[in-house]
Parts: sequence; structure tokens; C-alpha cells
Amino acid sequence: MSHSEEWEVVIGLEIHTQLSTQSKIFSGASTQFGAEPNTQACAIDLGMPGVLPVVNAAVYRKAVAFGLGIGAEINKRSVFDRKNYFYPDLPKGYQITQLESPIVMGGQVEIVLNDGSSKLINVTRAHLEEDAGKSLHENYHNQTGIDLNRAGTPLLEIVSEPEMRSAEEAVAYARYIHQLVTYLGVSDGNMSEGSLRCDANVSIRKYGQQELGTRTETKNVNSFRFLEAAINFEVERQIAILESGGRVVQETRLYDAAKNETRSMRSKETATDYRYFPEPDLLPIVIDDAYIDAVRAEMPELPAQRTGRFVEQYKLSEVDAALLSSNLELANYFEEVTAICGDPKPASNWIRVELLGLLNRDDIAISQSPLSSAQLGKLIQRILDDTISGKIGKQVFEALWQGIANDVDEYVEKAGLKQVSDSGELEAIVDKIIADNPGQVEQFRAGKTKLMGFFVGQVMKETQGKANPKQVNALVSSKLNG
Amino acid sequence: MEIDNEVILNIAELAQLEVKDEAISKYADKLTAMLNLVEAMQTVNTDNIEPVSNPLDAIQVMRDDEVTEENLRDEYQAIAPEVDAGLYLVPRVVE
Amino acid sequence: MTDLHSKTIKEISADLEKGAYSSKELTCHFLERIERHEPNLNSFISTFPEQAIALAQQSDEKRKAGSSGALLGIPIAHKDIFCTKGQRTTAGSKMLENFVSPYDATVIENLNAAGTINIGKANMDEFAMGSSNEHSAYGNAQNPWDLARVPGGSSGGSAAAVSAGLCAAATGTDTGGSIRQPAAFCGVTGLKPTYGRISRYGIIAFASSLDQAGPITRTAEDAAIMLETMAGYDPKDSTSIKQPVPNYSANINNSIEGLRVGVCKEYFADGLDRDIEAAIQNAVKELEKLGAEISEISLPNTKHAVPAYYVIAPAECSANLSRYDGVRFGHRCEDPVDISDLIKRSRSEGFGDEVKSRIMAGTFALSAGYYDAYYRKAQQIRRLIKDDFLQVFNDVDLILGPTTPSPAFKIGEKSNDPVSMYLEDIYTISVNLAGLPAISVPAGMAHGLPVGMQLIGPYHSEAKILNAAHQFQQATDWHLKSPALAGADKTGGS
Repeated sequence: MSHSEEWEVVIGLEIHTQLSTQSKIFSGASTQFGAEPNTQACAIDLGMPGVLPVVNAAVYRKAVAFGLGIGAEINKRSVFDRKNYFYPDLPKGYQITQLESPIVMGGQVEIVLNDGSSKLINVTRAHLEEDAGKSLHENYHNQTGIDLNRAGTPLLEIVSEPEMRSAEEAVAYARYIHQLVTYLGVSDGNMSEGSLRCDANVSIRKYGQQELGTRTETKNVNSFRFLEAAINFEVERQIAILESGGRVVQETRLYDAAKNETRSMRSKETATDYRYFPEPDLLPIVIDDAYIDAVRAEMPELPAQRTGRFVEQYKLSEVDAALLSSNLELANYFEEVTAICGDPKPASNWIRVELLGLLNRDDIAISQSPLSSAQLGKLIQRILDDTISGKIGKQVFEALWQGIANDVDEYVEKAGLKQVSDSGELEAIVDKIIADNPGQVEQFRAGKTKLMGFFVGQVMKETQGKANPKQVNALVSSKLNG
Repeated sequence: MEIDNEVILNIAELAQLEVKDEAISKYADKLTAMLNLVEAMQTVNTDNIEPVSNPLDAIQVMRDDEVTEENLRDEYQAIAPEVDAGLYLVPRVVE
Repeated sequence: MTDLHSKTIKEISADLEKGAYSSKELTCHFLERIERHEPNLNSFISTFPEQAIALAQQSDEKRKAGSSGALLGIPIAHKDIFCTKGQRTTAGSKMLENFVSPYDATVIENLNAAGTINIGKANMDEFAMGSSNEHSAYGNAQNPWDLARVPGGSSGGSAAAVSAGLCAAATGTDTGGSIRQPAAFCGVTGLKPTYGRISRYGIIAFASSLDQAGPITRTAEDAAIMLETMAGYDPKDSTSIKQPVPNYSANINNSIEGLRVGVCKEYFADGLDRDIEAAIQNAVKELEKLGAEISEISLPNTKHAVPAYYVIAPAECSANLSRYDGVRFGHRCEDPVDISDLIKRSRSEGFGDEVKSRIMAGTFALSAGYYDAYYRKAQQIRRLIKDDFLQVFNDVDLILGPTTPSPAFKIGEKSNDPVSMYLEDIYTISVNLAGLPAISVPAGMAHGLPVGMQLIGPYHSEAKILNAAHQFQQATDWHLKSPALAGADKTGGS
């Protein structure tokens, strides 16, 4: 059942990214992930009587850097506002955020789709706000436990125009934002720790219809896979409703990964009046061109720049360069390996084919790779300097992956894997193979040149794969042809 | 401006205050009186007047990104109504 | 010893230096007076006799070891809106009945470091909302001049305690007049400095853009001494002013010859008590005798100050009081059935009626559809009021007027007419809206009750205000008058 001819999907994303500062946006408490509950919630985070917020300068710099990274306008006079509502994880009963004067206005992102085509998505705005605490239900029967460590963590909320037309586009956009914020050092992008969360606004309309349909907001999706699934589910759900003559209800929903469905959030009222007003405990933040220039000067390479440099500097193909620079850690890993082994081509091949293959199979991020860039670099180096053959290299790779080996040289030594390159030794073995297989020799000389492989194979078997393949090839060839 | 009971109930809900039936009209009267007092504002011409948020029109000084707060959980939770394993306990919140 | 409680900080400090008596003896004297007079006055929510005596003892020892300081060993009361570490801090509310603060407000830290003795937390209108101290969850405070009358508010307990000689001085806060009006009603001196001059960190917030702490004392000279310690930039308060604190005491003895004083004509309209008007006119003449040049000035937007205030203050407070939800501290209702019940019932049980009314009014003013007409409009009017003052200060150095339109009213007189209570603040409110400094000093009597005169100055003109007030107090003796309290001791002192 194809809906795509009739229905147009309209998606806008609001991405909340936690900024990677040491301390919180309005207090000096630590932002480190994973601490014991409420050990990083100071009086200000707890909303104690009499406390006051003070703005963290690094938060502001990072927000400006992001704005510059998407070519947005930086608001030189920006104000914080109070957004008022009651929830136990919101200690003050209001969230300090930015309504009328967000720090970043406008901006654009170029996304690349699976078919290689690209599309420009406009960003409406990005603003600063504080994160709320966490509600924990698991250990309690009729109660909920509130942990306010996260309360006050700085967030940058990035709002896109509703210009995405498919889950694919939305995921591509989200991936790009993720890549950009990690590249800029604005966020650590660790989605499993909640550093980046997506709210998907999804609506449906008939093609050609000008007005937007009623949208739903699916909140707090923290993986790209879930984002895609949640959007697809919503689209199907809304189409089903509209096709059966119903109306989509404007509401907030949550994605349930276990059931692969979105469901309505019961406690949040979609029509709550937040009674925004300017935060009187904070003063307007005024910055000048010198400030913006200073931030710009300190900005690291953007993803597009890095991809270009990989093509230029390392002579990689566009596709390979894009893949290797797709995430900051991977890009760093590649450059580290290249620096050690001295040749970007094998570095690129080993990473793309062998390493990423295993990482993806086991669903591990590059930062958790059992093989460090130093180890891989050394491994490739030893192949390039003929210490070991490529085939043995794969064996060593496997050993490193499993953790059986730690140091390449030590393992090669201990397991006796050094490549046999001594021409005398090899020649003797080749002679032996030739002598042992007269029938194949005759067939070869009669024209079955494919049997080269047989002889080379036998030599390799005889040497447990340690013979230098180039030399073996040359020797066999000369002996058989000569 | 006239404030009726429904307005009072809506405001009470936003402000998370319980208003017993007997008290609704009392609050309505009080609020009406206050609003009559402030109606006078409408006669003032404020075209192009910039609102005041901070009386001295000052601008924000930002602080360095340093961890300056230590873990004082025990002290803060000594005055909490109900805690367990470091968490503040409330009745079950359903999302 | 019997008239110790009438002495100023300045005098006491000199006595302590001389060894005329010890801080411990002085503190015990005040504690004894508190015990005797509190049943009638109810100026305190909490007192700390043991702690105070111990602190006084320490202070005497420090002095013997060579320490000195204008505030060393001086017993003072703190409005129960200042968080004091390890002590109950209630803001006059049932909501914080058992709130023991885990930290000290910056002002408290400053005053503690200067060696003051914290003798107790003074009674106040709940969450600073009120002008009579009738809205305290801990009972009314009474005016020492007439126990059937209010001491004013919201710093009613602080003003009454100083007036009755229960402490040498007190701290208060002023959002719409809450230092100056009770000071006027109780016949003492009360100063509200420029917004941001004193840190708000640790002061339980009412209306963030209006709240300011200040001293309540027997004299302007004492206010200068207190202000020097209370004031200062605090990086924990983003609205705190970064200017250095001048030596206010150094300037108070300057002559005020040539000081240009504007008398605001809008202040002398209908509604001003005739006796107060007369007292103020006499005060004007006193200033003229001291060399001041008097002129008439106009602040045309004065009448819009009260409506603007009664939108802005409730709006800000409605948000500031949202943190009281029974979750992390403060009052929690019994057996909540769900989270909504917890929050609603805890709040409804913890807050008094006046607070609830103001929260509702503030919530309304900020609500969808009304924000522009109410909150934004009020902030615009605020700009007009501020501009009026700035304009006038081109031509005069200080503005003079009565602090209140009438003297202390009877307890219960205005309880059922909140708007009439709100109009009591007419002279003080515009000062908070503009963020300017102002002082109230005793300037006469009306129907046997104290009359306060207000002096308002431009931003950061505290030194000039204190100078003028001090010179006035050198030439007059209104500030030396004390109420005759019931329960006077046999030696005739009270």
C-alpha cells in the first residue's frame, strides 16, 4: 500500500543537545554523567529559597560557535525568559530558557541522502536553556524518585524549519547536527547518555495542500534508529486516521522502542499556558563583533572542511573521505592510524572494511573499539614493511580484536608469524612443491596458467601462510615459466 | 474587567493552588478589585516605550566555566520531606 | 545600663571599645527586654538566646585580643527573609515553618564577618507581601507606639524591634516600601539602597526586579555604618552592582549648604493626612535652615506607580513562589494521593490568603492574552516613571516627601480592603520601580504617632542621602523619641 502519491509528510525536528561544559549553565555544579543521585545538585539546581542563577561564559561561546557553524545570525543582545509549569523534575517550577531573543537565528544545513543527492534544510533558531532532572520509577511501587543531577545542565535547542519530507531526511539532518556539534566541541554527542535528544514534529497533508496538517510531537528520541522508526510509525498512524475520516489530535507523544510504537503522553497538557516573561534574575547578554570574531577564530575544522582535506591531503575518494570523516572520533582515528603507518590508503581500507565491519556487527562505537589507533597503525606498518603478510595481518587483527594480543610486535614474535622473505628458504620450498606436483606442472606448461594459484597456494600452506606472497609469486612464475 | 469563577479555576490550576468552592467568589472579588486598580494603566500612552526589566538597564556578567560546588547532598536532604537512596520521593508520576 | 537600648550603634561601639560594658552584658540586656516585651509586640518569629550569648562572648574575647570594628559585638535582628545557616528561616510563612536553611545569605555572611550578634529573626508579612505585618503565619506584630496599631510591613517586626529597643538595629527588605513604611510607622530610620547595591543572594525572593535589602536603625549615621558592611558586589547575584562601596560614614558630616531639594507636588494631593503634611512642611523648613535650596518638582506618572507595581510584583512573585511544591523542602501535605495532589495541597496549606491572591493575580497578568495589556504595559510605565525621576534629577539633588499618606493604622482596619492597603504605598512604590535609593527618617508626629519623611536620590547617591538625613537629625530630635512601652521596669526606663 503506497501512500506516497497522496500524502505529503512534513517533519520538523527540535534537537536538544547538552553542551559539554564542566559546570552547569546557571550554577557551578558539575555536569559529569553517571554520578550518584543528587550529588551534583547544588542549592541553585535545587531551587532553594533565595538562590540566584549566574550565566556560564563557556555555554555562551559554544552556542555562538554552533551558530557560526550553520552560517546563522548571532543575536548580539539576547535575553533569558522564564517558562512556567509544574513538574517534580523542574525544581523552580519554571525553566530558564530563551523565547523572544534566541542566541542563534536562522542558519542552514546541507544534508546528503542515501542516493547521494543533497538538500538544504533551514534552521529556524537555536536557543539556550537548562535541562530538567530525571524521574525514576523502576525501584518504586507507588512512588517516583527524582534525581536532580541533570537539572541545570546546559542545553542548546536547535529548531529546524518543517522542511523534511521523510524519515530518511530527518535522520540525515539529525546525523548532520550530531556530527557538527561533536566536531565543534560544543557537545560530546553521546546519545546513550542523553547528550542529544530529538523531538520530531510530524504532520501529514495532501500533496498540493498549502496549510500544514495537525502535527504531533514525539519527544526525547535518543537514537537515529529510533528516530526513523518513530517517524515512520507516526506517519502510518496519522495516514490511517485521516484515511478513515478521523482527525489527528495535536498532542505530545513518546516512542516506545520495545513495542515500536508511539503513544500519547498522559501527563503533559499540550495547551499549557507557559506565561513566558523575561527572567528578572538575569541581565541581557550583550556581545560585540570582537567577541564573535574571537569565537570564530577558535573554531575547529568543520565536517565539510575535514572531508575536503581528506580528499586533498590523503587522496581519498569523495565517498571514502565522507565515510571516514562522518564522525569526529572516526576521523581522528583515521588520521592517527595514518600518522603511524605512513600510508592513508591501507589505513582507509583496513578501517572501512575490517574495523568498521566488526564495529557495526557488534554495534560498538569507534570510541569503544577494542583496537586502538596505535595498534592498528602499528599493524599496518608491519604489513607495509613486510614483517608480516597481509593475510597474517588479518590474523593479528583478529587477535587484537579479541584481546588475545596487545602489542603487535610481541604477538608476531610470540606466535612466530613473521613473514618468510628469505629467497633461499622460499626457493627451496617452491622447488619442493614443483617437484611434488609434476602433473600440475605439466598442465601449467600445457597452457592452464590458472594453476599458478595452486602452486602459490601450496607454498603458502607449506609455510602456514607466512611466505611473502609477492616473492612466492615471482619465484613460482620464474620456475614454471623459466 | 470582570473575573468569573471559571477564570479563577483556570488560574488556580496554572498556579497549582486549591480553591475550595466557597472561596472562589472571594478570590474573584479580590482579583476584580486588583484589576480595576490596574485598569488605570490603559489610559497611559506607551507607544514606542521600551519596557524595563532591570531598573539600571545593566548587562550580564558571565562566570568562568569551573566546578565550584561540592557534594552537599546530605545537608540538603536533611531538610527534605521524603528521600530514599539519595532520591527525592514523590507519588508516582505517570508520563 | 537601663537606657542601653536607646543607644545608637555608634555610641555602643564606642562604649564597648572603652570597656564600659561587654557585648555579652549588652546582649543579655536585649534578650531580657525581648522576653519582657515580646508578648505584646510579637516582633520576632525566632530568637537564639544561647547562640547570641555565645557569639557575644566570642566577640568580647576577640576585642580583648585586639579586634575592633564599627559593628563588632552589636546585637541585631534579621528579617526572617534572610537565610541564616542552621537556623529556621520562615519568610513569615507556614510553608517554611520547618525550613532550616543550609546556607547563609551573602548579607548575613557580611554582617557576621563584621562581628554582629544575630539575636533573632524578625516577624514579617508572609513572603514580604503586605504593608502591615498582619499577614504573618506567626501572628501580627504590634506597633510599639500603640499596640492596637500595625507596625507597618512587610519588615514590621524589624522596625518594631528597633523602635522598642529590642536590638541595636535590624535588617529588612524593601520591594514597594517594606523598609521605609514600617520605619515611618515606628519612628525609626530605614534605608533602601540603589537596586543591586546589596546582594539578593540568600534573600527569599518576592519580586526579583524590585527586592532590595537595607538597614533599619535609630539614626542615619547607624544606617551608614550598616550599609558599608551590607553593600558590595556579589558574583552570585547577576543583578549585583560592580561598583566599589564608598565610606558612607565619612561623608555624613558635610554641610548641606546648597543642596538642591525638590518637593514633589504630586505627593501633596488629597489623601495625605493633614498632620503629616504639616510635619513635612516643618521638615522642609529645617532643611532650608541648614542651607538647602528648596524647589517644587513634578513626577507626573506617580499615580500610575501603584497599578504598575501591582502587576509586576505579583507576576514576578507568582513565578518565584513556584518552587514551593512540597518536593525538596518546606511544607508537604499528609498522604498525597498523586503528584498533583501533593503540589496543590502542599501549596494551599502552606500559603496564606494574601499570598495566594497575589500569586493568582500575577498568574493572570502573565497569562495568554493578557501579557501585553498587563505585564508588558506595566514595564513600559515603569520606564516612564524612571524617566520622570531622571529628568527631575537634572535639576535637584534629592527629592523630599512624606513616606506614607497616613500614620500607622489600626490592626484590622484595612484587612478587608486590600486596595486601600495598596494605596498606602503610593510614595514609596515608584522608588522601587525606578530602582533608586531612598531613606525614611522620623520627622514629626501626627495624632501621637510617628511621621516619616522620605528622601530619594539618583542611582548610587546613598552617601548624599545619608548626609542630608544625618544633618537633619543633628538639627532635630524626632529620631530620639521612643515609645513608652507597657511593662516598663521600676527604674522608669522602658
